[in-house]
Amino acid sequence: MAKVVFMEISFLLNGETRRAPVADATQSVLDWLRAEGLCATKEGCNEGDCGACTVIVTDPDGSRPMNACLMMMPHLAGKALRTVEGITGPKAQLHPVQQAMIDHHGSQCGFCTPGFIASMAVAHQTGRTDHTDFLAGNLCRCTGYAPILRAARAAAQMPVPDWMDDPARINASTCAPSAPDREARAYLPQCADDLAAWYSDNPDATLIAGATDVALWVTKGMKDLGRVAYLGGCRDLQQIEQTQDQIVIGAGVSIARLRHHLAHSHPGMGELLRRFASEQIRQAATIGGNIANGSPIGDLPPALIAMGATLTLRLKDTRRTIPLEAFFIEYGKQDRQPGEFVQSVNIPNHTPDLACYKISKRFDQDISAVCGCFNITLDGGVIATARVAFGGIAGVPKRAAAFEAALTGQPLTMQTLQHALPALETDFQPLSDMRASAAYRMQTAKALAQRYLARQLGDETTLHDLSTVAEMRP
Amino acid sequence: MSIAKPLPHESARLHVTGQARYIDDLPVPAGCLHLAFGLSSQAHAGIDAMDLAPVRNSPDVVCVLTAKDIPGHNDASCQRGWAEPLLAEDVVEYIGQPVFIVVARSHHAARRAARRAKITYTPRPAIISIDDALAAKSWYEGGPVIWQNADPAEGLERAAHMAQGTIEIGGQEHFYLEGQAALAEPQDQGMLIRCSSQHPTEIQHKVAEALGLHMHDVRVEMRRMGGGFGGKESQGNQPAIACALGARATGQACKMRYDRDDDMIITGKRHDFRVEYQIGADDTGQITGASFRQLARCGWSMDLSLPVCDRAMLHGDSAYYFPALRIESLRLRTNTQSNTAYRGFGGPQGMLGCEAAMEHLANVMDMDPLELRRRNFYPEKETAPFSAPSPVNDTRNPAEDAPPEVLTPARTTPLRHTHYGQPVRDFILHSLTKRLGQQCDLAARQKQVAAWNAQNTVFKRGLALAPVKFGISFTLSHLNQAGALVNVYNDGTIRLNHGGTEMGQGLHIKICQIAAEIFGVGLERVRISATDTDKVPNTSATAASSGTDLNGMAVRAACETIRGRIAQMMADAAGMTAQDVRFAAGEVIAGDTRMTFAQAVATAYEARISLSSTGYYATPDISWDRQAGRGQPFYYFAYGAAVSEVVIDRRTGENRVLRCDILHDAGHSLNPAVDRGQIEGGFVQGMGWLTTEELVWDDTGALRTHAPSTYKIPATADAPAQFNVTLWDEANPAATIYRSKAVGEPPFMLANSVYFALQAACQACGPHWAALRAPATPEAILAAISRAEGSA
Repeated sequence: MAKVVFMEISFLLNGETRRAPVADATQSVLDWLRAEGLCATKEGCNEGDCGACTVIVTDPDGSRPMNACLMMMPHLAGKALRTVEGITGPKAQLHPVQQAMIDHHGSQCGFCTPGFIASMAVAHQTGRTDHTDFLAGNLCRCTGYAPILRAARAAAQMPVPDWMDDPARINASTCAPSAPDREARAYLPQCADDLAAWYSDNPDATLIAGATDVALWVTKGMKDLGRVAYLGGCRDLQQIEQTQDQIVIGAGVSIARLRHHLAHSHPGMGELLRRFASEQIRQAATIGGNIANGSPIGDLPPALIAMGATLTLRLKDTRRTIPLEAFFIEYGKQDRQPGEFVQSVNIPNHTPDLACYKISKRFDQDISAVCGCFNITLDGGVIATARVAFGGIAGVPKRAAAFEAALTGQPLTMQTLQHALPALETDFQPLSDMRASAAYRMQTAKALAQRYLARQLGDETTLHDLSTVAEMRP
Repeated sequence: MSIAKPLPHESARLHVTGQARYIDDLPVPAGCLHLAFGLSSQAHAGIDAMDLAPVRNSPDVVCVLTAKDIPGHNDASCQRGWAEPLLAEDVVEYIGQPVFIVVARSHHAARRAARRAKITYTPRPAIISIDDALAAKSWYEGGPVIWQNADPAEGLERAAHMAQGTIEIGGQEHFYLEGQAALAEPQDQGMLIRCSSQHPTEIQHKVAEALGLHMHDVRVEMRRMGGGFGGKESQGNQPAIACALGARATGQACKMRYDRDDDMIITGKRHDFRVEYQIGADDTGQITGASFRQLARCGWSMDLSLPVCDRAMLHGDSAYYFPALRIESLRLRTNTQSNTAYRGFGGPQGMLGCEAAMEHLANVMDMDPLELRRRNFYPEKETAPFSAPSPVNDTRNPAEDAPPEVLTPARTTPLRHTHYGQPVRDFILHSLTKRLGQQCDLAARQKQVAAWNAQNTVFKRGLALAPVKFGISFTLSHLNQAGALVNVYNDGTIRLNHGGTEMGQGLHIKICQIAAEIFGVGLERVRISATDTDKVPNTSATAASSGTDLNGMAVRAACETIRGRIAQMMADAAGMTAQDVRFAAGEVIAGDTRMTFAQAVATAYEARISLSSTGYYATPDISWDRQAGRGQPFYYFAYGAAVSEVVIDRRTGENRVLRCDILHDAGHSLNPAVDRGQIEGGFVQGMGWLTTEELVWDDTGALRTHAPSTYKIPATADAPAQFNVTLWDEANPAATIYRSKAVGEPPFMLANSVYFALQAACQACGPHWAALRAPATPEAILAAISRAEGSA
């Protein structure tokens, strides 16, 4: 089709206001940057797994590392983008993380280095020192990471250079998004009401939040998405509201914010969210997107189902609330009407008995072969309620109904568990694929149930997870 | 001066500022076109018909090229005498094989169009697995290659203890962060190629052949790679040739870069192996004989599989003397990617097979595996010179530089030869493993691990030491040569070229250090430019860890030629001999005459003395009869050892590496920071191979793990939290450049310690041999635990 300039976006690029016509509604920021001759940002995988394209994106909520290959140009509207060209000072001064990477021999082939510099500069600016977690979304094949981690630690105490001033400048209204054009191929709604009205008129459109999955339809599937809407402007979908009996989480809340918000109230999710993809993906991906795309391997749905979350969906002005597990009908099919979208996820204020376990080949940034989430409450030593859900082993995230039934009303003992475990085979018929065999999935699903029960039995002599053991340094 | 200093990578500043340019970052001539391959969807099939009209009619497509559009040879093979078609003609032989080339106005347009071909196939039987190939007798070289020093039957017969088993060893994707890429620009005559390749001369050769030209018509320039690891030794041929063909057909510059998924689907990887072993020992743990059968999956094309499998055989002894060792090697031809060079080049698989046999034997004997290893190590080196003096004079004080040239009257232990007949004179693993054990408190930690395992049922720990002895030299002896070109400009600055390529390993900074050392100037005076077939011809691949050994010597020869001319001029003026002229601290000193280096150079220029020279080096003292499997293929061995400790979850197979201690032999290190980087990086890459990196093909021969979403190389948290690396800083007895040792590949195999620590942790779960497969994914670990328990 003919390329027509249909919208113009405005953003800060390395500190300078930039207006860019967007001819292709799903052009990646990475492709745009490289076409502009800003080639420091590299393409390593074009699917958000290697981090070579990491850039810094700042909005009024702060600065974050993002994968430029998964960001589309309309995502940039009203934000500040800083690439390695702009992390280097205006007079070619080195940023402290750049100097530290030289001093500690953190680059070998150098191809992943700009992506690391971008992630490290965010960590440096925001005071994050959990470098192994923070940098898990940046792959390096040469160094074995040791010198990079040394460099990140060494730079941590150095002052932030004055040219890294996007957080101060982004409040200026230089980059206000242009008024949304309802006829454009990319619509940028500014609130949920806008979205509801537009989506009911355009029910075949693709809704794009963090694009951590949708971008792959373009970069790998080479699909033309047709009409799209970018939801980032809907600030009212990004609220977290605490009520008397639940937490209402807007669909547009990022995984990174969710992790921060639930760290204390829902510690059982902490480790799962720490290992949820990478920092770049957690900053982009949203809770609504992780649910709405219906993937059987999303890590949030089993955890949310186990805690008894409900889902609020909206079609025009009609809202309905359903148990989350009811949303997932079968592989590729969800309980969602044309024009209806996920508005919020509603979870209990506290879930002290929740535990979430993830099995994958690699500790960080890997897709679960099995994700098992358990939430069992007791009444006088007897199991009063059991909510158990698994991801990765069926076509949808799913409760283990027979297993739950076999536990409920029974005393909390290992014998009860042994009796109940075969029920998992009624609940699930796992598949074999490149991540794991069916037999392994079933075996570990049972093992995770045992791990949980050992924890609930409070056996202090039993260690519960590998990270705890790993922290006991030899 | 500059030698032995921990200087940063020559491009470090460019790397961190993003200014280091890779192929896809280069400004391209106006009208530059972009290429993509159309790929086979069948593992083995006849091509009945190709309808490429939908491709041609795609937006922004300029033309489509097939095999018949190639003016010269349709061949991308790196193996003379073996045809590997660049584009399939009548038959496709793996899923992902290039069938046609799309030339389009953008990268995306080319990729989109490439998917629109309608190719009709008639499927043929496809050979995917090792078992498929064995059943079909599908192999190269007409059958097994067998080398042995003596028939092990007798030794195995009289052994008091025997272990017999199999280890399955998976392959490995290189996962260089920069995918394959090339850019071709038509020239007045011939073609200029810029590419990301470890082997510019081969690209030159293959492009010339494909275009029907000669090598002097093609120039290849290679500044840097975003990682190579062997994956850009032969696998860069296809995109470079394709670009040249596109440029020839259109008259425009043509660029091609593989999308990551395409890269993983098209290109070859580390060979997966199955090693079957039989090993026997007497009551004292002395090995009496062993037999190995190495089955290697080579893929559809011969590629570098023969030398890879040779090197696996050459490392089948690992670090041990076998009185009788038989190695049989089968190079299996399958309908999968053409497996190729990858760091270690078969050595890791050969060594792992041997070490698994040793571990198994120790298990059978109920003996500490380390004790069994030590009892069978080659005898320690004794202080005798083992090589001719360096062909060029050392510039440093020879007393510092060379080992003592004292002849010991007689060896106190017998000199032992490898199974291929090479005497092992430089062995240091007795003292190296002893020092490593002391450094990391090995004995006490062994007790702690045993105590932990006795008390804990769910979490088991494992601790293991793995030794490395790695042979240095190309086994194809004629490749052990290098050339250099050094130019000194009349302002006293130096620019040099050599045949080696920079892929991140720090070759160029080491070379610059050598040149600065010889001229006695600061490093800022020395520049290195892109590797260029116009400047240094007929280069060998930068491979086999040989980059610095070979090119460093060639550069040194060139520098010393120029230095000698300047020294002669100064000596003549001062009435002294040239040997007494000194180059140090930026000055040239001849008796009472002192000049800055720049003044000396300017004086030489005015005296009409040439300030440019080539240099050349060929490794001495090597010989190899591949047919017989006898000779001295290696100039020397590089050594190292690692101790790793792991913990596993017995219920799920999840695991973590807790600590690793490494003591590695880099000879007199030219640059301890660069060498440390190779050690840390090689170790973690090796760890990935043996733990998380699992390649999975389905029954149709399709690779299911073709992106980082499904193929998991180590990430930050996988590097051992405690990671202690020290250098064994002792002169190389062989007369290498400043008595350093090659360091690119050897550290990769230090990761065997992780695998054997995991094996030990599995073994702690039960009495039966756990036979852990590699990679040791959580699933593989759980299966091994079941075997140990006897429940599998």
